[in-house]
Amino acid sequence: MIATSNYLILAAVLFCMGMLGVLIRRNALVVFMCIELMLNAANLTFLAFARERGDATGHISAFFIIAVAAAEAAVGLAIVISVFRARGTVNIEEIQTMKH
Amino acid sequence: MSAELVLFWVFAAAIVASAGGVIIARNAIASAMSLVACFFFLAGIYVLLWAHTIAALQVLVYAGAIMVLFLFVIMLLSLTESGPVAQLSPSRILGAVGTAGLLAALVGALLRLPKTLPTWVSDTAQVQRFGTIKEVGQVMYTQWLFPFEAVSLLLLVAIVGAVVVAKPRI
Repeated sequence: MIATSNYLILAAVLFCMGMLGVLIRRNALVVFMCIELMLNAANLTFLAFARERGDATGHISAFFIIAVAAAEAAVGLAIVISVFRARGTVNIEEIQTMKH
Repeated sequence: MSAELVLFWVFAAAIVASAGGVIIARNAIASAMSLVACFFFLAGIYVLLWAHTIAALQVLVYAGAIMVLFLFVIMLLSLTESGPVAQLSPSRILGAVGTAGLLAALVGALLRLPKTLPTWVSDTAQVQRFGTIKEVGQVMYTQWLFPFEAVSLLLLVAIVGAVVVAKPRI
């Protein structure tokens, strides 16, 4: 078996890639996908520490994150559909009524 | 070099490459397919971490259910055509620099961790039990029963919320 820090560094890289996508992409759907990447990085960290400590609670946390991600995707995509119907675009730079 | 280390590097490289594909691809469908690949490789990493149950859930729920939902919405909105080439705006440069700084800080801190292996792995019985459906289910349905039921309520609320938000007339 290999050291836990390898998995933690992989999770950090994955989280930063998700964060980069959220910050630079302008398509709302791609931003959602990048949020899923960040949630998966959190999952990977939980599982790495679960193996480090020999504790199944980390697996339960990962399970809950997957369930919450499913709920988030359902509601978020419903909002995207609703916004697209009202504005005809999913570009987050053109949706700025709530800015200022 | 052990087989585990080789597998780890193969999966890690594939994860980083497919996550890069999600960010770079200009077509939303290509992004989504890249994300599906990323989830499969992550399931491989979860198996290396002895989390077999979560690896199966990852493929079933993430790569199966959630990504089908994404693809369904992309096709429903017919966003297949690529948008204009991204402009280099100040907010984007700031975001990229901030992310690079966070990555450098995280990796710098994590590299200083001691490379010791966990001590509990000498207990062979616990190693064989760890991460199996039996063990995870036992913990989930005894110690974490109430949060588990709360999650089912959360999913119900999410379903009702999604229908209310997406439906033009109720």
